[in-house]
Amino acid sequence: MKGLNALIRRELSLAYGGGGGPLLALAFYASLVALLPLAAGRNPQMLGAVGPGVAWLGLALASLLSLERLFERDYEDGALDLLAMGPVPLEAVALAKAGAQFLAVNAPLAVAAPVASIALAAPASLIPMTILTGLLGGLAFAFVGGLGAALALGAKRGGLLVAVVVLPLFAPPVIFGAAALDAARNGSSPVTGLLLLAAYAAAAVGLTPIAMAAACRNALD
Amino acid sequence: MSVKRGERRLFEGLDLLVQAGEAVALTGANGSGKTSLLRAIAGLLRPESGAVAFHGPDGAPLDPDEARAAATHLVGHQDGLKSSRTAGEELQFQAAWTGAGPDGVAAAIAALALKPLLELEVRRLSSGQRRRLAFGRLIASPRPLWLLDEPMAPLDAQRRTQMSELMQAHLKGGGLIVAAVHDPLPFKARSLEIGA
Repeated sequence: MKGLNALIRRELSLAYGGGGGPLLALAFYASLVALLPLAAGRNPQMLGAVGPGVAWLGLALASLLSLERLFERDYEDGALDLLAMGPVPLEAVALAKAGAQFLAVNAPLAVAAPVASIALAAPASLIPMTILTGLLGGLAFAFVGGLGAALALGAKRGGLLVAVVVLPLFAPPVIFGAAALDAARNGSSPVTGLLLLAAYAAAAVGLTPIAMAAACRNALD
Repeated sequence: MSVKRGERRLFEGLDLLVQAGEAVALTGANGSGKTSLLRAIAGLLRPESGAVAFHGPDGAPLDPDEARAAATHLVGHQDGLKSSRTAGEELQFQAAWTGAGPDGVAAAIAALALKPLLELEVRRLSSGQRRRLAFGRLIASPRPLWLLDEPMAPLDAQRRTQMSELMQAHLKGGGLIVAAVHDPLPFKARSLEIGA
């Protein structure tokens, strides 16, 4: 347990320090949101129609940014050897790493999402739903993204590969989250979309660490 | 045991028994498979055939995964130290990860004279200093089996003497060392040529 604690602290310090993981993702997200009115026009009605969707999709894209480094840096400098031989199973290591990625990147993005959404002329009543979908979707993005990062270990230009592997797997949570947001805006019940999103996130948290560990072992061998 | 990397068979028919208090120096040309053998013993690489077995002090067989997690250190070229963190933070993490307490960290700092390095970022350290920092976990969490890849290579003369004393003390205490080397170890060690 002591080892796992130390690992989580290290992962958070690596994600927050040096290279500015959350700041980079937030800056990317802000730029994306700021560019939308330039491309789609300033008409508030039109922005209000596409704004929440773009703010939501932007979360998925911004969470891709620092995924490449999640396992790659430990693989290159030999820390993954140490982690693989450690006191806890590699599955728990993967869970801790993806969890730290969520805390360092996806959670701050989820908190920023309502700001972006309102800037894109979405009604303020959507704020709670935007944060909720952002957090649930963020869990899915971090863990499914971690799987892509582990699979791309050792590949040249792994960052692009991660995006190509992961984006199709981002489709279900993007659809579920958009459905929940849409329902909330139209005054109908968003429960179905939220439940599906939560189910996807739970499956990702439960299953991807096993696959990440297998991919890491394979890369080390 | 035999080990294959890609299409190339590095060595086959290798049979090695290391006993408590014994050091084995693996020699051989670059690329002959010294590092691969160390990684196979550490369980990071699957041998093509054969296996690694661990036995406790009473001769009873141990579970290989547990023996690796609780009784083995592997220190190689890739030291796993993060260049953006300070030496002190990394020593703390590696010690905690391998199960050491604050006493262990203090012992490592004293034994390897790490005190002046602790505040520095790892990127500012020379390769010899990095190696000493990576050795910290050997001292911080005492474990019987040390797998060392070129332990002496980046160290200066004074540090080599110091490290050699630490290794001899480890053997005296019943430890085991398997080290890949180019220069012979400065104490009595069985030599095994890989890929001959």
